[in-house]
Order: sequence, then C-alpha cells, then structure tokens
Amino acid sequence: MTPLIAPADIPYLPRGVRLQRDRVRDITVLQAPERAMRLDAVGEAILSELDGIRSMASIAAALAARYDAPEAQISADMRDFLTGLIERRMVFVKGAP
Amino acid sequence: MKDRPAQPADIDGNPVTPGLPMAMLAEITHRCPLACPYCSNPVELVRAGAEISAEDWGRVFRQAADLGVLQVHISGGEPGARRDLAQIVANARDAGLYVNLITSGIGITEARLRELDDAGVDHVQLSLQGIRPDMADRISGHPGSWDKKMAFAEWVTRIGFPLTINAVVHRQNMERLPEMLDLAERLGARRIEVATVQFHGWADLNRDALMPTREQAAFARKIVNEGRLRLRGRMVIDYVPADHHAVYPKACMGGWGSTGLNVGPDGTVLPCHAAQSIPWMRFENVQDRSLSDIWHLSDSFNAFRGTAWMPEPCQSCERKNVDFGGCRCQAMALAGDARATDPVCSLSPLHAGVVEAAEASAAATTDSLVYRRMSRSD
Repeated sequence: MTPLIAPADIPYLPRGVRLQRDRVRDITVLQAPERAMRLDAVGEAILSELDGIRSMASIAAALAARYDAPEAQISADMRDFLTGLIERRMVFVKGAP
Repeated sequence: MKDRPAQPADIDGNPVTPGLPMAMLAEITHRCPLACPYCSNPVELVRAGAEISAEDWGRVFRQAADLGVLQVHISGGEPGARRDLAQIVANARDAGLYVNLITSGIGITEARLRELDDAGVDHVQLSLQGIRPDMADRISGHPGSWDKKMAFAEWVTRIGFPLTINAVVHRQNMERLPEMLDLAERLGARRIEVATVQFHGWADLNRDALMPTREQAAFARKIVNEGRLRLRGRMVIDYVPADHHAVYPKACMGGWGSTGLNVGPDGTVLPCHAAQSIPWMRFENVQDRSLSDIWHLSDSFNAFRGTAWMPEPCQSCERKNVDFGGCRCQAMALAGDARATDPVCSLSPLHAGVVEAAEASAAATTDSLVYRRMSRSD
C-alpha cells in the first residue's frame, strides 16, 4: 500500500466527517458520507488528535509520549490507518504551512 | 400474570434474533419533477395528501436514533418538493442523526440550499442522468434538467458540502461511463456511485430499452477498476454491477431486516424500498406503532431474518451468510415467489431462463421509454 501521507503533512477531518458517540452500542463511530465506521481505541485516539494544525509527525510524537510507546511504531500505524481513510476520502491532508 | 413478550419468528416460525439498524432511508415524498424510467419508487406512488408531517418525521427520527440508527438518507421522489424540507432536516439533526440529502437538484435554489446548510445537511448526493444535456433531459423526461443540475452542483461545492454524484447506468449510456467519471471529478465530487439499473418496478417496464449487454457490463467493470486505481485518494467509486450477468446475487440490504429500514412518504415502514412488490406482505406504519416495535416484532421485518427460512440450494450453500439468498423482491419478480433462491444466482434452477431473458432484452432494438408518473385514477 503506497502511503498517501508524509510525516510533515497535516491530516484533518473534512466537512461532512465527524467523530460521534454511538450511545446505543456504546462505541465511537466515524460518521462520513454514506458510511459510519466503528472505531477501536487506537483509531479513536488517533482521530481525536487531528486538529488541522499539527503534522502527522507531531501527533505521533505526542501519542508516543502519552502511551509510552515507540514513536516509529506509532508513526507507521498512523500512516497506514490514515492512508486507508484518505483512500476513502474520510481524511484530507494539507501540506505544512 | 405478566404478558410475555412475543418471540420474533421468521416466516416459517423459526425463532430469529433482530440486530440493530444503522441506516434509515426516509422517502419523504414521491412527488418529483423528473420522470426517470428506472425510478426506484413503487409503481403505486403515494400522493401528497397522504404525506406525514415534519413533526411526525421528527418523532420517527428520535425513535430511529434510540433504536441505533446513525445515518438518515433523506430522499424521495424529490425531497425538495416538500416546502418543509429544512424543518425535516433540522429534526433529523436534533435527533443526532447524520443527514445525507439525496436529490435531483431540481427545484432547490441556491438560497434554499443555504437554508439546508443551516438546518444541518451533512452531505449532498446529486443524481445525474447523462453527461450532456440531450441524454440527461431525455432520460429524466425534464427539458432543461441538465443546466439546472450543473448550477446546483456548483452551489453545493461553493457552500462546501461534500458531494456525491449518483449515476445510474444502463444500455443507453454505459459507453459514456469514462466521461461520467471525468464529469464527477470536474464537479468536485468526493464520491461517485455508479449503479446499474435494478430491474424492479418502473425499470422492469423498461427492460427492453435499458438492459445492458454482457459486453457493456464487462466494459463497466473494467472502467471502474481502472478508475479506482487512477483516482485513488481523489475520488471514491462505489459500484453496483449488473446482477443479471453475475455468478452470485447481490446481498440485498446486507440481509433482510439486518442493518437498514425504509420509511415511506405516508409513514409505511419497509425492510427495503421495493418490498411492496411482494403482494402478500403486510407492512406497518409509524402512525400506528413505534419504530422499535416494527423493527423487532413485525412479521414483515422478521419474515426473512436469519437463514432458517432458506430453501435449497441456499440452505446448504456456504455463501448463505454472504449473500443471504439474494434479493427477495427479485425472487418475487423473477420466480413469482419471494421465498425462492434469487434466480440471478447461477445455482438457482431458474437461472438459465433469467440469463436468456436478460440477453433477449439486451438484444432488443427499442429505445423508447415508459416514464414514471402518478396514475390518473382519482
């Protein structure tokens, strides 16, 4: 899978895509055009950090510190997870300012 | 003595366990300025006077959200034919639902689209009937539709809504699919849904004019596969193939009564939008009973839940939890029996006849169309 995001890119949820608590199933879902995607704890942790300001690398560093996990591993997981969502047009990317 | 809750059972009395619905199609009106000959509305259309109110819809949306529904697809007919569309949208958002608006783009002005933005529409799906004015206006039966749709698409992207293009393909336009993908990209769509005409209801009246050939179905598949590679990360292509040319049937609704439900203009609740083509089935209405009761307890929703009701060859088939015996409405239309294996399945004893009939329709030379319209009976 060719990555669709580089460490310096800034990922964000575009208009029409939002995180939502599913109170009936007691899970968090990513709501998008014609799709509601169930998120696991890792997915929710990543997507909750997307603020349209910080780069993927900077978010990976923050998550590595918070969960005391290797930054390289988190970066690789983030890159693959976000690439899947970029393919589905549920995450957008902009270059560093 | 307490009343025991009724145990949900399928059409043969086997116990079933209803899950939770994710999505609801709200067909808020059957009125439409277009007359597409493959319209998915039933042949017997509901008249304006029988439509339930925006307040009723609000109650239905709250019941749907309590039941587990996350997304509502507000459709029609043309939803813009209801003057209170913005109120209906606002009620859906208040209930906590994600709102997809499915529209022809005809009859919604830019000012009204801004009202719908304020009301909380999350996503807009615009139907296109062709890549040029002549074809679009002929298929929709609405002169000038093309120009109005192009203007509408521009307003959608100017306001900033995510846009999906809905393109129905059939024998008269399948060769134009590459240009349709280009057009959707040019209009700024995030997604395009390419759906081959499903031959129920109105479309079945037009089989001889619309049935694609086997070569066209193969061409469309190739274009979709190439397009997905070329447009990766730019535009998503969802594709509903021509199932008369397939080996296995489509998993209609992802399984009857499993993840979705449809509420019609008058509040009738259906397991799928075509379910009224099953003549013996009785449907319930949100005016009489809660959506939760209808979902969990009604005979119509329970009839084909699970797998115990399936006849052979489905019953012993390893795909029975993949395609659920196919489409019940198609079984009704082609086998005359809603309980039968979907005859488009290559394992159905009726399959050879279905293929022969599809090829005969595909080879027909007529291009003339029966347009959708309300009957003049009253």
